[in-house]
Amino acid sequence: MASAPEIDSATDPMATFRGEARAWLAANFPPELKGKENPMSAVDGPDEASDAERRWKAAMGDKGWGVPTWPSQYGGGGLSRAEARVLQEEMARAGAWNPIGGMGVMMFGPTLLEYGSEAQKAEHIPAIVRGEVRWCQGYSEPNAGSDLANIQTSAIDAGDHYIVNGQKTWTSGGQWADKCFALVRTDKGHKHAGISFLLIDMDAPGVETKPIRLISGQSPFCETFFADVKVAKANLVGAEGQGWEIGTRLLQHERSSLSGGGSASRLFAGTPLGQMALDYRGADDAGRLSDADLRLRIVRHEMDVRAFALTLRRAALESKSNAGPSATSSIMKNVGARITQDRAELAIEVMGMQGLGWEGEGFSEDELAQTRTWLWGKAVSIYGGSTEIQNNVIAKRILGMTEAK
Amino acid sequence: MAILSEDQTMLRDMAREWADNEAPVAAFRKTRDAAPPEGYDAALWQAQAEMGWAGVLVPEAHGGAGMGFLSLGLVLEQLGRNLVASPLAATAAATSALMLGGSQAQQAEWLPRIAAGEIVATLAIDDGPHFAPDRIATRVEAGQLTGTKAFVAEGDSATLFVVAATDGLYLVSGEQGVTRNTRKLADARSHAEIVFTDAPAQKLTEGGEQLLRQVTDRAAAATAAEMLGMAESAFAQVNDYLKQRVQFGQPLSTFQALQHRMARMFTELELMRSAVEGALEAIDAKRSDVDQAVSLAKAIAGDTLNLVSREMVQLYGGVGMTDEYDAGFYLKRARVLEAMWGNAAWHRERFAKLNGY
Repeated sequence: MASAPEIDSATDPMATFRGEARAWLAANFPPELKGKENPMSAVDGPDEASDAERRWKAAMGDKGWGVPTWPSQYGGGGLSRAEARVLQEEMARAGAWNPIGGMGVMMFGPTLLEYGSEAQKAEHIPAIVRGEVRWCQGYSEPNAGSDLANIQTSAIDAGDHYIVNGQKTWTSGGQWADKCFALVRTDKGHKHAGISFLLIDMDAPGVETKPIRLISGQSPFCETFFADVKVAKANLVGAEGQGWEIGTRLLQHERSSLSGGGSASRLFAGTPLGQMALDYRGADDAGRLSDADLRLRIVRHEMDVRAFALTLRRAALESKSNAGPSATSSIMKNVGARITQDRAELAIEVMGMQGLGWEGEGFSEDELAQTRTWLWGKAVSIYGGSTEIQNNVIAKRILGMTEAK
Repeated sequence: MAILSEDQTMLRDMAREWADNEAPVAAFRKTRDAAPPEGYDAALWQAQAEMGWAGVLVPEAHGGAGMGFLSLGLVLEQLGRNLVASPLAATAAATSALMLGGSQAQQAEWLPRIAAGEIVATLAIDDGPHFAPDRIATRVEAGQLTGTKAFVAEGDSATLFVVAATDGLYLVSGEQGVTRNTRKLADARSHAEIVFTDAPAQKLTEGGEQLLRQVTDRAAAATAAEMLGMAESAFAQVNDYLKQRVQFGQPLSTFQALQHRMARMFTELELMRSAVEGALEAIDAKRSDVDQAVSLAKAIAGDTLNLVSREMVQLYGGVGMTDEYDAGFYLKRARVLEAMWGNAAWHRERFAKLNGY
């Protein structure tokens, strides 16, 4: 095994912290987990963790480094951005990955830190930091998807609590979640101003979930039904009627996490399409991919990927201001969705019938996975605000296009 | 925007301010109407040279600023925004040929004069109307160069040519054995067919076999920077126009169909900026994949400027077709720059080859 390069305190201003991070990782990251990143970390799935995975999650949870920049008073890492970057570098060096994820980390936590009461933060943030509570998102309804302000799920004031009735849909991981952050209607008279942001226990009496089977054959989503569910008023975040503001702020966090969150390297994972195409389709006498039209479409796609990676890098370098997610996250989300879908379409085309296998004999694991990836990928331009909704955001917030003369 | 040094920020701000105050699109219109033989406003070029732009690439030892390609790109972007008719891009491309391939004596002879803005230099590469650096018939015998070069940028005024011959790049001064035939293109800028007849030529002996490719890559990157400025400005003008133009009782900017076209274009512009800056930075960092970075930048710049310039005319509607409005200027210049140093198709083809498929 190669020995670790020396940390040079003369040239590295972060040398002290780097040394601390490196030593802690060496002591706590189980080497057998190297590179075995939990693919479900983005959306908390069923828990089938090994002993080593559980130990690693507990260690990171106690240290708060799964959410390195969150305040330490709630169990977060309390690190500066510079320290968090060093931690990331050292984790990459060690082949370690972050076991703390899910919607609590990506969306709900940052929003609660901004809008929650002291008591709410003290109750919920530490559990998110340790990855102990799984959150799901109660936003969309059958008649309120892109037109989110049209939600009808009602929360009626009943003194010290609300009575919640209605139906949510597309609740990712709802069947596994412990709690739900939901948009509910507390006032029928006002469209936007009648919406509140409420935290609901998924095991409360009257809450029911029903998985939705997708075209890919998978069921990561649920319909969630609320029938006379009692929710204490202490679980209202912000003021009654402030839900739209809080909810849209959360969507900004969602968008930036959906855009790839700056990890462009993920886009380059797997066999390059050009190579895959040569393997499946063969080359002409000049060594070029034999299907000239396909070849050029692959080039266009690969160029898109590189330009996107450069853009993510540029955005990361430029965001020195420490500001949270902004309207540019809409651009990233749209390009990320386009790239994901283009790649999947090209991949199944490259494979021909081999790329359309559903199950059983005659297909490699990669080929079967490609079918599901292609179908699942149709969701990325729909969820988290469709491409059309993001274009509205770009036009209005960045380009100022609603302005009258 | 790439992360800039303090010097680069100053350079960019100065260029932007100067272009907006001294060389708005109205200045280009005036030059077009006056049609000076050199194709640009000599006083404006003098002012650019005095600000040191002609020497941005030139090393300090030869009287320049030695600031590199990202810096050059910042200036060209600002010039592109206002369609400034400037021989800077052509001169800078020739400068990079001297820096990569020139002997010490050649550099000492020419670079100080370039940095001082005394001469306009240019590349003379293509024999025909398409970028085809592998199909060159121009030949040199006993130090004398003979051949015809098509559509040489700034060919009407250049006094130093970097000429591609079958066995490499040569320096030819504009004095002897050089005939210029003006070719008027849609963009109203200087392009000329240059006929070299036994013109005295000095070979650029350094730089090896890759010299021609490296030089044209740098020319392509500089061109892409100018295209970035054009696309940005064209887009901003359309956006302003849509907010002012009232139809059906409301500003056009309130129509969702138009908002989505603009949002899509804006997204492409973000990718274009990343690709162009990526190429300029790759050149400055002397990275080994400059060719891929440049093909990425030039192909995306070509596609995006093509889109924006077409949409500019369309979204302006009828007035976009009139000479009185500026939209046509952007459309006409765009196609010329798209074709220069390899169009999008050429660069996609090379990108595929470089990636082994």
